[in-house]
Amino acid sequence: MFESLQQGIGSAMKTIRGHAKLTEGNMRDGLRLVQQALLEADVSFPAVKDFMARLTEQALGEKVLKSLRPEEHLIGIVHQELINLMGPVDHSLHLRGDVTVLMLCGLQGSGKTTTCGKLGRMIHERGRKPMLVAADLQRPAAIQQLEVIGGQLGLPVYADKEATDPVTVCHNAVKQAKQIGAEVIILDTAGRLHIDAELMAQLERIDKRCNPEQIYLVVDAMTGQDAVNSAKAFNEALELDGVIMTKLDGDARGGAALSVKAVADVPIKFIGTGEHMDALEEFHPERMAGRILGMGDVVSLVEQAQQKLDQDEMAKQEAKLRKGEFTLDDFKKMLGQTKKLGPLNKVMGMIPGMGNMADALGDVDAEKDMKRLVGVIDSMTPEERRNPTKTIDQSRRRRIAAGAGVEPHEVNELVKQFTGMADLMKRMSSMSLRERMKTMQQVAKGGMMDPGGRLSKQKQSTGKRLTPKERAKQKKLREKEKRRKKRDEKRKG
Amino acid sequence: MGLFDKFKKGLEKTHDLLRTDIRDLFKSEGQLVDEEFLDGLFERLIRSDMGVKAGQEIIDEVRTAYRGRVVEMEDVLDTIKKKLKELLAQPADPIRFADSGPTVIMVCGVNGCGKTTSIAKLGQMFHEQGKKVVLGAADTFRAAAVEQLTVWANRLGAEIVTGPEGGDPASVAHRAVARALEINADVCIVDTAGRLQTQQNLMQQLTKIHRVLGKQIPEAPHEVILVLDATTGQNGISQAKHFTEAVQCTGIILAKLDGTAKGGVVVAIRSQVGLPVKYVGVGETADDLALFEPDPFVEALFEDVEAIK
Repeated sequence: MFESLQQGIGSAMKTIRGHAKLTEGNMRDGLRLVQQALLEADVSFPAVKDFMARLTEQALGEKVLKSLRPEEHLIGIVHQELINLMGPVDHSLHLRGDVTVLMLCGLQGSGKTTTCGKLGRMIHERGRKPMLVAADLQRPAAIQQLEVIGGQLGLPVYADKEATDPVTVCHNAVKQAKQIGAEVIILDTAGRLHIDAELMAQLERIDKRCNPEQIYLVVDAMTGQDAVNSAKAFNEALELDGVIMTKLDGDARGGAALSVKAVADVPIKFIGTGEHMDALEEFHPERMAGRILGMGDVVSLVEQAQQKLDQDEMAKQEAKLRKGEFTLDDFKKMLGQTKKLGPLNKVMGMIPGMGNMADALGDVDAEKDMKRLVGVIDSMTPEERRNPTKTIDQSRRRRIAAGAGVEPHEVNELVKQFTGMADLMKRMSSMSLRERMKTMQQVAKGGMMDPGGRLSKQKQSTGKRLTPKERAKQKKLREKEKRRKKRDEKRKG
Repeated sequence: MGLFDKFKKGLEKTHDLLRTDIRDLFKSEGQLVDEEFLDGLFERLIRSDMGVKAGQEIIDEVRTAYRGRVVEMEDVLDTIKKKLKELLAQPADPIRFADSGPTVIMVCGVNGCGKTTSIAKLGQMFHEQGKKVVLGAADTFRAAAVEQLTVWANRLGAEIVTGPEGGDPASVAHRAVARALEINADVCIVDTAGRLQTQQNLMQQLTKIHRVLGKQIPEAPHEVILVLDATTGQNGISQAKHFTEAVQCTGIILAKLDGTAKGGVVVAIRSQVGLPVKYVGVGETADDLALFEPDPFVEALFEDVEAIK
């Protein structure tokens, strides 16, 4: 997400950094690259102009040019300006005590129906009872689509296949919701062009009739300069309360996120990051700005980890680690836990300094690799899992490889990887937080950066260094022993 | 309605915007071409989504031609149009039919770009040409995608081959071609599920569908159409690149051109990926499809400006 914008600005910063001395002239060159990066990321022109004006003023100020590390100073300013541009946000859905109506609108194909399902799931998870309303009577089979999604999620869907007027459908749905005890109603309206006066008036009628608490515009992250036109028009017709940006899991640069906020002044509430129903996240401008600049997004990662990882399981493993009882079984469980966080390269992108790592992984299908690893572990006996280095000999290795459908050397690699990791874990468990971070960074620079590489083994002690006196003494002892042996042999012979 | 009119109708709002935009730049008595004017022009070009590179090229052209002079609007317009036509240069490129047997057309694109609607429009066009059409509903992933295409098939009176939801799309594609051969159809259009071009596994699946289509008819698919949403920004370039890598696209259908989006990204795609635009979608009904021709496209963009002078 936002990788390309990140790369563009990154290369601009590099250009600036390359200069021995920063002058107004080369700062301007760098700024021009920042502008180009923003434009290529589809940030709308007026927004870019605004942004650049504020940035230039600050960047050319004496404070920056004369500071010790001007490029860092500049990054700081860009970071802050990006946050200012995208924030502040308000993630509350403003649910009321009784029945709350939420309404989704947007252009065709922006992802309203899918988002409707995701939002319903999110509300359901928070312990409220949602109901989805199929108010898209335009597109063939849109009603069925929502019904299927509702079925998958186990959520009630209100649909009226005979109806011709979406206004009535929405109105009846609100009435129905009270009967079945639904607390939150999500209206999935038909996609429409913002210049279609008739259909925009219809949206206004739904708004008046059902009086939704919140109206969200669903925007495709791949939208170009036109994003501002549609956001403006929808905002004028409906007074939007927020934007949900979809399809951010691709390589879209997502500049529309910046433009929509800048031009229509509507905050982005959520972002869609995948096709599955749980891929809806809260939008955080400071994290996003950090992500754009390659500062990573550890907060999101930790938040996700807390939500998705089994805390008890983690505690158990940590205890095992400390005692040095980490086995392949635990390794497998850990793999499973990591998988819950989402695609590996997505996770990587959130760790500072690992943004490029996701690129390096590129074509390597990390998910598939993980599956193979699990396959190999599954083909081992309990004893082999407990103590792989001691038990697995050539014959066992062949058996395991055949069982998992891999080459024997891959079993070896896994065992090596495991021992390296177990070692590292053991070391880390006794370290302070700061030391741990340092070790992690070393690992990132070394082994893990090279997907084919392995974690290196901890260096063994080379033994105690002897003083010359001691060495002389030992030499004497050895010679004495030699003479004794010779004597013995002579006596025998 | 003639093709050109349809085109114009679709672009009405588009050139409304561009026309007023560019006209605003000119004073009645001519305008001095200086950096400020060029910046203004650059902004207007960027707003069509044509990208920094193409926009810069046009600006450079205008700069060398007119810098420091006081110019009339039409002179500058001519230069812009000439350059745009040059950037877009391509002959009109309708669907090329197979010499014998069914012509197989594969349609792909990202989620929500308008694939199914575009297929309906293609189907309608073939129907009007008196051709027998078979549709293959190989989008087995998205909820109710099959139903959506079935509705269109019924409206067009075309035969449709479907599979179970979550089933193998390649097998549906295979059966669609088999059916087309069996009933001796003229055209077989295969729909695929929307996918982001960065999803490796799904792109591999697409390659597989492409391969399977060639099993029964060696030259198939005869056309691989990438459907591109006209509101798409610079990401369109990445889409064109990745889809072409996976399935050797032969052309683009630029959908949703009836909004205010100008679809300028096709200029960038043409020069960076080389993929030509075949048709444009200019409305929601099944006959709102027009053959893309760069000259009228560019002319239509500026037509009202001409009328005003």
